[in-house]
Amino acid sequence: MVTSSILVLFLLGLTAASVLAVAARILHVKEDPRVVSVEACLPGANCGGCGYPGCSAAATAVVNGDAPPELCVAANMETATRIAAIMGSEVQFKEPKVATNICSGGSRANLLFDYKGVEDCRAEALLYGGEKSCGIGCIGLGTCVKVCGFNAIRLSDAGLPVVDWNACRSCGKCAEACPTGAIRISSVASVLLHLNQTDDCLAPCMQKCPAQINVRRYIQQLKQGDMRGAMLTIKEHNPLPLAVGRVCPAPCENICRRKIVDEGVAIHTLHRYVADWEMQSGTRVNLHCNPPSGHKVAIIGGGPAGLSCAYFLRRVGHEPVIFEKREHIGGMMRGIIPEYRLPAKVVDWEVQTILNLGVETRTGVAFGRDVTLADLEKEGFEAVFIATGAWKVPPLGIDNDDAEGVLDSISFLHGVGHVYTDLRGKTVAVVGGSNTAMDVVRSAARLGAEVVALVPCIQRKMSANKEEILRAVEIGGDLRYMTAPLAIEVENGAVSGVTYCDLAYDNPEKPVGEPKPVSGTKAFVRADMVIAATDRLVDDGPLCDAEGKPMFKKDKKTGGITANPTTLQTDIPNVFVGGEVHTGRSILIQAVADGRRAARAIHFHVTEGAVPEPDNQQVQVIPESILKDMRVNYSIPRVQEPLISMDERRHTFKEEVAGSIAYEKARKEASRCLRCGLTCYDADAGAEYTLDEDVTVINAPGGE
Amino acid sequence: MDYFMLFVSAIFINNIVLVQYLGTCPFMGTSKSTDVAIGMGAAVIFVMLMATAFTWPLQHYVLTPYGIGYLQTIVFILVIASLVQFVELFLKKVIPPLHASLGLFLPLITTNCAVMGVAIMVQRSNYSFVKAMAFSLASGIGFLIALVIISSIRERLDVSPVPTVFRGIPVALITAGVMSLVFLAFQGMAA
Ligand code: SF4
Ligand code: SF4
Repeated sequence: MVTSSILVLFLLGLTAASVLAVAARILHVKEDPRVVSVEACLPGANCGGCGYPGCSAAATAVVNGDAPPELCVAANMETATRIAAIMGSEVQFKEPKVATNICSGGSRANLLFDYKGVEDCRAEALLYGGEKSCGIGCIGLGTCVKVCGFNAIRLSDAGLPVVDWNACRSCGKCAEACPTGAIRISSVASVLLHLNQTDDCLAPCMQKCPAQINVRRYIQQLKQGDMRGAMLTIKEHNPLPLAVGRVCPAPCENICRRKIVDEGVAIHTLHRYVADWEMQSGTRVNLHCNPPSGHKVAIIGGGPAGLSCAYFLRRVGHEPVIFEKREHIGGMMRGIIPEYRLPAKVVDWEVQTILNLGVETRTGVAFGRDVTLADLEKEGFEAVFIATGAWKVPPLGIDNDDAEGVLDSISFLHGVGHVYTDLRGKTVAVVGGSNTAMDVVRSAARLGAEVVALVPCIQRKMSANKEEILRAVEIGGDLRYMTAPLAIEVENGAVSGVTYCDLAYDNPEKPVGEPKPVSGTKAFVRADMVIAATDRLVDDGPLCDAEGKPMFKKDKKTGGITANPTTLQTDIPNVFVGGEVHTGRSILIQAVADGRRAARAIHFHVTEGAVPEPDNQQVQVIPESILKDMRVNYSIPRVQEPLISMDERRHTFKEEVAGSIAYEKARKEASRCLRCGLTCYDADAGAEYTLDEDVTVINAPGGE
Repeated sequence: MDYFMLFVSAIFINNIVLVQYLGTCPFMGTSKSTDVAIGMGAAVIFVMLMATAFTWPLQHYVLTPYGIGYLQTIVFILVIASLVQFVELFLKKVIPPLHASLGLFLPLITTNCAVMGVAIMVQRSNYSFVKAMAFSLASGIGFLIALVIISSIRERLDVSPVPTVFRGIPVALITAGVMSLVFLAFQGMAA
């Protein structure tokens, strides 16, 4: 029995072994030794982020020449270089990417969705991946945590995913697995060039800011004391935070959700606080720039739009050169906007940050005179961005508008401090209601003049910021609303005053349209100087070709060069425009935003030859993001910026009127931010200040 | 009706993992994610069918006629292991994508007691060849179902506030125990 057993087993084993041996021979798959070496270089996570079923398949693809050495999304440049060495090829620069959670909702998202049984949105999401009213927010399923092969994501106590950027290898699994799209994989370039889309989670402030700054995120970072992070968040969309933090009229604050219950968050003050923190620290926050791509771009005009475009192009890796007609880079920010609002040294510091990234400048070079489009093309520039601004002030178009003593706003503001040093005992009449007009009023008043401003509308309809109007009145400016000049009176060849009339709207109850002169209301105001600050127009002299014909079509309403509103591409495919030369007179942050849009378009134009329009672009405020009512539990009064005294304002030109706030105040203001999502918000924001005496508890948290 | 009862019995009443307690190591080891669980379940079904297809004739035409039935266990191990090896070689050459997706699981199954258990149970019950195949298919499905259920639960557990000491395997074992109790409720429905 023993013998037969051994025999049977032996025979069976032998048969099996022989069959396997034969099979191994016949079915042998010849493996390239390079596949093994390449596979050994790969991290072996089998994450599939490269598009192949696993590292072994990825290695085979590299060896077969179907994929480049840098294919692995989870590996770094070093790995790619090692693979390239095995393959005897070169590595291309690969931008590092990371996953980011775009939802700040978390448990608060749940507050909005009271559990209503099986048909509840969350139950549906769990069972069928169903819908909920906010198509984007995180509902804390944790799918991302589970699929991450690198342990780079965890769920915070609030049920929100937190990404460990050091561990993240950007394989994209989380983004793929997230049923609500709350996690994205992004590289520096893709963040810098991303335009708001309706399927992003957009707080109202982010929708309204022309530059689309992630307000919610930087305010939160500021609150947590992560100033560097806050600075980097701002610089994702705004390379000029010091200037914008000082002169922006902050349209975001008007739409801030907090305004439904009390006052909007002082976003603008916090923006300035973060920017000042960097300047006061004396060191510049390090910005990541991709290595030079070899694409050269000419930028005409060193104002905010030009600087912004240069900054974004340099950060994504291109090589911009700024051509500036004046001696200084900075455009109207330097020398036109008065020192007490935006000091030149602040502008210089900020401009230097941008130039330090490796942006070349050629000053004293005028477009159309010293350099033309043809010259630029010859020099190897693949695209041109025109941002020459709107510097021409139109004459008033009334009798004697060219008399001695009649000036335009730009020349006056430019001359303040050196040409015009003392206007004591003089009267200055200013015509217009723009920010520039208010700058003129304030500057002339500081020089000692008595100032009368003829404003052609009611205060609410003025284009100047509310703050600026207030400051102009505070310093003694006599703003005469609803008036228009009729003629400039002259004595001995020089200005002696202005005659003007009153204006009225057709229906005084509903001030719409242009107000019309009221007959029989003629009045006279004595003046030694009349300054026209009605408008600023694009100077199209340099924008004509050799025969003097205009190169571009102009928009009749704004007077700016027409271009595709998203891509800013003109009729000449490699020429883009932005800033006031495109929009007509506008605000600083709009120019900055244009610079980024243009940089995006130029990037695609020089790398891919065509500029794609983003899908679902957000152009208007998304209706459901503006809730009708909301419940907030704590009311904290809005922070006030410190201002210097009226006396100081009259005697110094160098000191800024508005100062920076202290950190504690900034933190408290930041706590007022509700961290809004598209439809959710944090009703408990600011709870940590409950015990402060200026804080009111409105609703007891937890109660209905 | 016969076959229907056979299926119900193999899948639910005598579920290979939850009632017979066979194949618990892959049940615990590969049940962290539903995708992997489905892959593993499919591979097990495939191997169980192959194993029965080879061991049934071996038992009926070699071991029983020659009176060496006592060698069953060792012979089955040898045959199943060689079979899996062969299948692996075959897939790698002929259907590389299938090999790539199954690759990890095939060696895992080589010495899986669930496969072995089914091969032996088939002989004990004296099934005909067709019935034997049906039984192994149903047992495989039972394994797949158990695996998918526990992996779905474990996926939720991963992100649930489980006390730290229970995290991972402990809570998985408790869950498996509860599942087992649930399956025991089928007991008595049929043989
Ligand atoms: S991305 Fe890298 S780690 Fe992931 S499967 Fe591909 S090669 Fe492997
Ligand atoms: S509360 Fe904060 S996030 Fe919400 S709109 Fe205002 S600033 Fe933006």
